[in-house]
Amino acid sequence: MTFWRAVLVIAGKDVQVELAGKTALATAVTFAALVLVIFNFARDPAEVTLATLAPSVLWVTSAFAGVVALNRSFAMERHRGAIDGLLLAPVSRSAIFGGKYLANLAFVLVVNAVILPLFILFFNVDLTPALGWVALALGLAAAGYVAIGTVLAAMTVRTRFAELMLPVLLLGFLVPPVLVGVQATTRLLAGRPPGEIVGWFRFLALYDVVFITLGFLLFPATMDE
Amino acid sequence: MTTPAAHDSLIRRGTVLTVIGLLLLALVYVQAIWFTPLERWQGQAHKILYIHAPVAYMTLSAFMLAGLASAAYLFLRDRRLDTFAEASSELGLVFGAAMLTTGPLWAKPIWGAWWQWEPRLTLTLLLVLLFVGYRALRNAIDDPDERARYSAVVGIMALAMVPFVHLSVYLFRTIHPQPVLLKPSRPEMPIEMLRTLLFSIAVFTFLYIGLVTLRYAIGRRRIAASS
Repeated sequence: MTFWRAVLVIAGKDVQVELAGKTALATAVTFAALVLVIFNFARDPAEVTLATLAPSVLWVTSAFAGVVALNRSFAMERHRGAIDGLLLAPVSRSAIFGGKYLANLAFVLVVNAVILPLFILFFNVDLTPALGWVALALGLAAAGYVAIGTVLAAMTVRTRFAELMLPVLLLGFLVPPVLVGVQATTRLLAGRPPGEIVGWFRFLALYDVVFITLGFLLFPATMDE
Repeated sequence: MTTPAAHDSLIRRGTVLTVIGLLLLALVYVQAIWFTPLERWQGQAHKILYIHAPVAYMTLSAFMLAGLASAAYLFLRDRRLDTFAEASSELGLVFGAAMLTTGPLWAKPIWGAWWQWEPRLTLTLLLVLLFVGYRALRNAIDDPDERARYSAVVGIMALAMVPFVHLSVYLFRTIHPQPVLLKPSRPEMPIEMLRTLLFSIAVFTFLYIGLVTLRYAIGRRRIAASS
């Protein structure tokens, strides 16, 4: 089996498991909706307008939902020792990373695809002129932090306090893309030309390249027995 | 495998270096307080620079060395590298605490606020938090080999974050003083101040070497005792 074929098979397996249950997806989406609702009530409507808060809410919701989604990725494999079967398969450890990464990314992107319309609905923002750019920024950020999260989740699932350990480690890595994403979204919502935010998109792209590469290189070390 | 006697002699050496480092640090204070001119606009508050900038530099260096030792560990699988990464990351947190204490002390009179959510502050705080996470991960794993591998992976990823920290400084507007030393042109600082700053950096580097030796030796002895 070639490397990329193995990657696709593993990703396909995870997607199938998810489609069979749909629990994780439904849970992550509900979680995101709840975060959006909490944010709405966590402000004084007379002091802070929705528009001021909107970019931060979008990004924080997306980031938190991402963390919740990633916790599931290896918890699933841990259950009844499924990971051993995966490790016994005649594929490289990097291919396992590739497959897990693609499945996680698909999961996080789907959750984000639900968050975006909910966000527009709840926060009454007009995203139409910038929708593509905001979606691109969310996607670029997710591509990077899902790579980090996939590696971290593979390790934290085997530690004490696994559910606590992943957010503690991952949220630190999430700050730069969230910071950049909020800045870019604020400018896009203010109707600034896309040329003004090219630097931030480059930052996100660079973040992706670095951490996806590191994911492929480092993941095998998390799977040594 | 090194012997307990070798660990003891390393602990002694680390202790001696640390004590000398602390004595030199007292000299830094004397030099900074009495023998360095006042900065025209910032007055006495400016003197915190001679502690703050060197510890900030040591924080980053200690984390960087921990990350490099982590990377080397994954290639060479030598436990000594893991022990060094453990020692260096711990010292990074100690220097980081000093950096995060001296910074606000200077910022209150000069900026008018203890803390500003300014990129360089935010991201050095972030690096410190990343290494707190690194420590937490170490403590949550019992198997020494697994601990070494996992923490090496996190150490390398944290190291990869450092360039993003620097990049962000230029992407955002900042009110933090720009680097006075590490920049392409000549340092813009009177020679008397520069002398004190460089002396302080040398002393903190020395102190780091002493402390890291001591902490490393303790780590080695701990491993020897448990095996």
